Amino acid sequence: MKKFRIERAPAPGWMRTLIPIIAIPVTFIITSIVIMLDGANPFTAYYHFLIAPLATKSSAIEVLVKSTPLLLTGAAVAFAFKGGYWNIGAEGQLYAGAIAATFVGTTLVNVPPILGIPAMIIGGFAGGLLWALPSALLKVKLGVDEVVTTLLMNSIVLNVTSYLLNGPWRNPVSMWPQSPEIDPGTVFPQLLPRTRLHFGIIVALAVILISWFVINRTSFGLKMRAIGLSKEGARFAGIKVDKTMLTVALVSGGIAGLAGAGEVAGIHFHLIDAISDGLGYSGIIIATLGGLHPFGVSLAALFIGLIDTGAQTVSRAMGLPIYLGDVVQSTLLLVTLGLFVLQNFRFRRVE
Amino acid sequence: MHAVQMKGIVKRFADLVASDHVDLELEKGEIHALLGENGAGKTTLMRILYGLYSADEGQVFVNEEPVVIRSPKDAIQNGIGMVTQHFTLVPTLTVAENIVLGESGSITLNLREVEKKVAEASERFGIPVNPQSLVKHLSVGERQRVEILKALYHDAKVLILDEPTAVLVPQEVEVLFEALVRLQKEGLSVIFISHHLNEVMQICNRVTVLRDGKLAGTVKVADTNLKELANMMVGRENFGVTRQGVRERGKLELRIESINAVDKKGLPALRDVSLEVHQGEILGLAGVSGNGQAELSAVLCGTQKITSGKIFAGDVDLSHADTNDVCDACVGRIPEDRHANMVGELSVAENLILDQMNKFVKNGIMDKERIQKNAVELIKQFNIKANPNDRVRTLSGGNMQKVMLARTLSQNPRIVIASQPTRGLDVGATDYVRTTLLEQRDRGAAVLLLSEDLEEIMALSDRIAVIYSGRIMGILSAQEATAEKLGLMMAGSPA
Repeated sequence: MKKFRIERAPAPGWMRTLIPIIAIPVTFIITSIVIMLDGANPFTAYYHFLIAPLATKSSAIEVLVKSTPLLLTGAAVAFAFKGGYWNIGAEGQLYAGAIAATFVGTTLVNVPPILGIPAMIIGGFAGGLLWALPSALLKVKLGVDEVVTTLLMNSIVLNVTSYLLNGPWRNPVSMWPQSPEIDPGTVFPQLLPRTRLHFGIIVALAVILISWFVINRTSFGLKMRAIGLSKEGARFAGIKVDKTMLTVALVSGGIAGLAGAGEVAGIHFHLIDAISDGLGYSGIIIATLGGLHPFGVSLAALFIGLIDTGAQTVSRAMGLPIYLGDVVQSTLLLVTLGLFVLQNFRFRRVE
Repeated sequence: MHAVQMKGIVKRFADLVASDHVDLELEKGEIHALLGENGAGKTTLMRILYGLYSADEGQVFVNEEPVVIRSPKDAIQNGIGMVTQHFTLVPTLTVAENIVLGESGSITLNLREVEKKVAEASERFGIPVNPQSLVKHLSVGERQRVEILKALYHDAKVLILDEPTAVLVPQEVEVLFEALVRLQKEGLSVIFISHHLNEVMQICNRVTVLRDGKLAGTVKVADTNLKELANMMVGRENFGVTRQGVRERGKLELRIESINAVDKKGLPALRDVSLEVHQGEILGLAGVSGNGQAELSAVLCGTQKITSGKIFAGDVDLSHADTNDVCDACVGRIPEDRHANMVGELSVAENLILDQMNKFVKNGIMDKERIQKNAVELIKQFNIKANPNDRVRTLSGGNMQKVMLARTLSQNPRIVIASQPTRGLDVGATDYVRTTLLEQRDRGAAVLLLSEDLEEIMALSDRIAVIYSGRIMGILSAQEATAEKLGLMMAGSPA
């Protein structure tokens, strides 16, 4: 009689690269159940999900627009995770960056773009950094779990935003809960005429390149990688774990803040309540899918950008709920994480 | 009549064959030693017998009947009990509660009844324990007795003891041996895992020797001698490494002045410890595991704080030092847990520069070429079997330890703190590490050697201090130290 047994065996290195690629079809098989329950044909749905957005130039560019903040939140989360800091607060740091950028953009009047744009970038970075500071200090000084504090900080900033938009920043002309427009000198320039593709994507790609260089080529990068892999081993080697981790946490928050600045300066030109619809949380999915590697993160961000765009296409074309995009994203994360665990097991035939 | 037979047992872990067609026969009522170096496959074989691993090939017989043992539960049902090096007792429960833990007879637990039954068993097997004591209040030796009683209480006819003496002081070993001999007379069969030849010669009837996962042979103790067993174990004569002669010691280098420290639970672990180590000497610190060695090592490595006292390396005050201060003060550290104190997922080359990054960095950017060159040189110099880009995690224990030695000693430290430097290494690697420590001493470094291996301490040290319950019991010169004297001090009587 032939029987199979499951046993533990460490997976080869190339498996890690393969996992996100396997995860995608598995995710589609699982989510097609949800689509069929809604009475739709999964193949048509996936055509609208994955192919239709790339079929026309304008919607393909829209994928890039959607990917711009995702590149940044993904890079932010990956940077923190790489350094052993579990930053779940990219969403909140994005909001803080958006608030800070709005403050800069509405305070400056008639600035030349050569000053206005760097000011927005610095403002966004500083906002995200400041919002990451309390959790990082609590972690380093008192050992409070950063997963909890960064997550809670997300809820706080939503209320701060709401207060600002319904209070001091309420648009005096329209009385809508949205801030006044930012100064034209602080607007990120369009990259292609008659599209929403803006300078933010260049910022994002620069951040990704710099973070790759820092992680892999500098002594700071070696320190943070060592801490991320083994705090004890890093500390034993004389690395200042607390100081390094604090820096990692703040830089991660700053990068997430840039995503918020980009949305204000490149898309909306004012602050609104719904500046992010879970872009920060998608960053966690992207960082995981991308294997925490900056280049992997870029691909994952583009892919999630495609799904986000596709969700709108599906909903328009087939009347399926737009939340299908979230379902696909979440399933993808679970499948990926599951595969990371399962890769260490093998079936073996026993006689 | 055989109590247990294992025939042609094969166990593979990925590419490693941990057990390669091994046979073992255990007669009823014998104490059978399973001898071999670390990594020879002793524990693997016993884990298979106890159902913790499943064999890839081979057959197990109990009382001459073929059996399939899939879990410890199956093993217990077949009358097999195992006492591992790491005890499986719950410290906050009583002895009686621990012994019946996992029994699934009924929903209710009549503790009085259980205590009475445990007391009876304790009487019957001649293993004195108090059923009502909390396990956390027991000494290591007493906990081991509880483990043995637990196995016997569940009707074990075969008892597997995995290196039972490793955690005991010599006097406790005697008590254990007396109990085993008595139980043997009553018909218990014992498999006694060890790598201490003397113990094997003392109480065992037969010996099965394993080497590199293969059976090296089974012999009667009466027909063999230490030298033959040693040969079977290592496949070559092991002369070991010992200190040569007496050296003139140099000036005072490491000064520890009445330091106190607490353990992880906040209980005192070091009490007024004072030690001095001079240039060109090895000061050995002997003691049974868990008497403050780990804390002393952590304090000197900068990973733990002291509550009072002073530590000086030369003129540098390290009393409140962090790890980077210790590195800066040129104190070389060989920690007891090399897995935790290296970064396994980083490469050999990266680990080799981790505590001296500044030498390989220009304006914050790493000089890849020099890092690679450094790794190639050290790999050659320290005879490490690895490539610079291999992840440290994939190395064997011996090679991992060599990476640690290479990183530490290539910086010519003036003080070396070596904590259990040969634990878990095979004979070849052990010899290498010991030779390297002696080289450091001859070079003029002040070496503090913390080891639970008394033979190692006696072979290498110029002076020997003994720690017991966080206190230094005394310091003997190598000439006046004997195993008996040290053994008494390790059990708590002052010199």
